[in-house]
Amino acid sequence: MTLDIRNLTFGYRGRQVGTNISLSLETGEVLALLGPNGAGKTTFFKTILGLLPVRTGNVLLDAKPLSTWPRRERARRIAYVPQAHAALFPFTALDVVLMGRAPHLQPFSSPGARDRDIALSALRGLGMAHIAERPYTEISGGERQIVLIARALAQEPTILIMDEPTANLDYGNQMRVLSHIRALAASGLSVVLSTHNPDHAFLVADRVALLHASTIAAIGPPDDVLTPAALNQLYNIDVVIGSIEGSPARLCAPRLAAPTPEKGTRYGP
Amino acid sequence: MNRREETAAVTAGTSGKGLWLAFEALLLLAAVSMTVGKYAGPAEIFRALRAAISGEAGDPVLSTVLWNVRLPRVIGAILIGAALAAAGATYQGLFRNPLVSPDILGVSGGASLGAVIGIFLSLPVLVIQAMSFAGGLLAVAAVYAIGVAIRGRDPALTLVLAGLAIGALVGAGISLIKILADPYDQLPAITYWLLGSLTAVTRLDVVSILPALCAGLVPLVLLRWRMNLMTLGDEEAQTLGIDTRLTRAALIGGATLVTAAAVSVSGVIGWIGLVIPHIARMLVGPDFRRLLPASMISGGAYLLVVDMLARSIALIEVPLGILTAAVGAPFFLWLLASGRRAWQ
Repeated sequence: MTLDIRNLTFGYRGRQVGTNISLSLETGEVLALLGPNGAGKTTFFKTILGLLPVRTGNVLLDAKPLSTWPRRERARRIAYVPQAHAALFPFTALDVVLMGRAPHLQPFSSPGARDRDIALSALRGLGMAHIAERPYTEISGGERQIVLIARALAQEPTILIMDEPTANLDYGNQMRVLSHIRALAASGLSVVLSTHNPDHAFLVADRVALLHASTIAAIGPPDDVLTPAALNQLYNIDVVIGSIEGSPARLCAPRLAAPTPEKGTRYGP
Repeated sequence: MNRREETAAVTAGTSGKGLWLAFEALLLLAAVSMTVGKYAGPAEIFRALRAAISGEAGDPVLSTVLWNVRLPRVIGAILIGAALAAAGATYQGLFRNPLVSPDILGVSGGASLGAVIGIFLSLPVLVIQAMSFAGGLLAVAAVYAIGVAIRGRDPALTLVLAGLAIGALVGAGISLIKILADPYDQLPAITYWLLGSLTAVTRLDVVSILPALCAGLVPLVLLRWRMNLMTLGDEEAQTLGIDTRLTRAALIGGATLVTAAAVSVSGVIGWIGLVIPHIARMLVGPDFRRLLPASMISGGAYLLVVDMLARSIALIEVPLGILTAAVGAPFFLWLLASGRRAWQ
């Protein structure tokens, strides 16, 4: 057991976002977090990353409360992969990955040859060594996402927190990122990710947690948790779930209902 | 080592060598700058130098011009240009904004108010400088205290907005004193100070700002790699194990110290801290480990050239603030148009 969350209440001062959250993360598992916009996925991530204080309850990392971990030590255990963002400065991809070595370096030192090797092999492991010297501002969104994963791996963590790792990526890059996530979990990393796509949860997750009405509505294997009823409750959308021949994972197909426009709304001319 | 890594190593090597070359060019420029001026041209300067080296008594006026007027001025230009550019590079990264200059947190405003009060009260020059230095530090301390007091928002943005408010406040104070000042004696002095000048820089000035300059550079040099991580924004930097509050405080403290020291002797010289870091970034890239020395060398060289122009293009000395903008803006636009990318 790596991360143990007990009766957690999280949120901001004066605004509680989630309550009564309990879950524990197993070594080498992928946990997908689903929930509608505004359900508090990002706030939850900020809390388990130590960016926001725990309101009540406990977040235990290796049986020690998260808040008692020094920041640097924590960054060697939990790494965060933000959504691929536009950087301001044209750092090379390798420079960005090297930043992941910060928690392993003394405050006034710069990364050395060994850190460079670690950063390069993180890029190489993700098949991206060829973009090492390209400016981060000029590579594609998919490449940026993988560079950020490489940066997190350079931290040599045991837990990866990924905020919608497939958002803003094209179909091919989405699937490449998902297969990297599977491979990372197989190598012993625990991964918590948020997603808006039930299919992605079916593809990569060992367990799925549904964040709804400020608590975990259900948690368990994707096939048990991601039911048409649950997705309807979460998103107010009708779906059918099934498998098609040749695909090992289940698929979720939405059925679009006719919208109910408010009075006075008109479509078209 | 594969080919790409080799290229990287070579690039790093050339950039280190490039910085040395640039530094040597700066020294050469300084030597040239020594010979430019109204009173004595290159021939007189060489004569005075030869006299100094051989130990014989040369023209005493010439030797005063050389050692007590021109040399402090040249060294002052390099130090002040380098200080403003270093502070600008730091603030632009720290606040993740290309429009940021060293006075973003009110240091120039506070320093101006201090100096303007000193001029208004007809205090001695050294006291005016001390008041200017203290005013700059006080303004930033006030901005920082406000930034710390207002929590729950993006701390960098809070600081910038607090800086804006304090800047407006000290600006009002300066305007008030300008209205109250004697229009024949004090007002020109105030206006001249607000436009910046190295005319009156003495050896004592150079020596007296050195400790603050060196002390301010210490955190910038020590944190030169961590500075890169600060450009990611607070939360991301924190997940990488950085104590962002402490790091930001140290970097702001250093940048403020060097700016306040520079402004206290030269007055407000705008534009350098804004534009030189962009130019340096175009030349050596965004890595602060190279950006800091490159900015300092470029800033020193730029102010040196501008100051040479200031004392040679017209019968009177042209205030530096006018020239830094007049020379810098077209050059900057040309760089922008030439398509070098240093900012997304």
